[in-house]
Amino acid sequence: MADDRLMIAGREFKSRLWVGTGKYKDFVETQKAIEASGADVVTVAVRRVNITDRSKDNLLDYIDPKKYTILPNTAGCYTVEDAVRYSRLARAAGVSDLIKLEVLGDEKTLFPDTAGLIEAAKILIKEGFIVLPYTNDDPIVAKKLVDIGCPAVMPLAAPIGSGLGIRNPYNLKILMESVSVPVIVDAGVGTASDAALAMEYGADAVLMNTAIAGAQDPLAMAEAMKYAVWAGRLAYKAGRIPRKLYATASSPIEGML
Amino acid sequence: MEKSVQIHVNGESKVWRSGATVADLLRDLDIKAERVAVELNLEILDRAAFAHRPLNDGDRVEIMSFIGGGSF
Repeated sequence: MADDRLMIAGREFKSRLWVGTGKYKDFVETQKAIEASGADVVTVAVRRVNITDRSKDNLLDYIDPKKYTILPNTAGCYTVEDAVRYSRLARAAGVSDLIKLEVLGDEKTLFPDTAGLIEAAKILIKEGFIVLPYTNDDPIVAKKLVDIGCPAVMPLAAPIGSGLGIRNPYNLKILMESVSVPVIVDAGVGTASDAALAMEYGADAVLMNTAIAGAQDPLAMAEAMKYAVWAGRLAYKAGRIPRKLYATASSPIEGML
Repeated sequence: MEKSVQIHVNGESKVWRSGATVADLLRDLDIKAERVAVELNLEILDRAAFAHRPLNDGDRVEIMSFIGGGSF
């Protein structure tokens, strides 16, 4: 798998599993889970610094930006203005132009507001950002995002944090066939088989957070996800057998009594 | 008595000494400049500007950094 690298906007990524850093018990657990997952891209949110209690550690003390690609997101943004503002702050706080762009449409579903997403992406791309958009499993929207200059798209498998797995595999497959850029399935994965399935369908990578952080044993689940993504990728490349309704014997008839 | 300015830092009202810069504010708050983004009255500042941007009465300062989060 060493030569099977993911390339996005001229950057090379070793791992096809990307992970979020939210919902862990503490930074030590975050660090260990990321280590166990083998991921080299980690997403982070942008928030106000706690100015009253400075005793709290900084996430970046535990996740070395030299070792990992830090992918800031605009989590929590419901308007184009907010998403653009948070993206600019993320760039000012960090070291790169990468942004995982989220423009959310609704608090209950956290589904993306795709009209707002396209609008925000246009503004940010013009400002030199490398925009990785969190989008719906809608092939038409994905194509529009690629047309305006997104070097990858990140469709959801199911609502964020729902753990429902891939709700619409056919849409995802059509989406993957519709765009020529890498597709990173983002959100909705519940367990290892969901991640493997996403990769078997042809996803270029999978991004998850809750499935690992919320598991009873996050470190074990992180490892499970590492292997699931590998297995799914290998199976995709190997090419599965066609489905048939009836049996086909795998032992020869010849030589039987 | 030393003159002071009333500013808002991350939504909290603060009284700071007059003549202090953004860099002074970060130092006083024990915040590493290389880990944060600073927005002064909705304008995002370059890190190089921290040392010579004075804080004026009524300024709204937002100091932001990365925290744990996947999607929201």
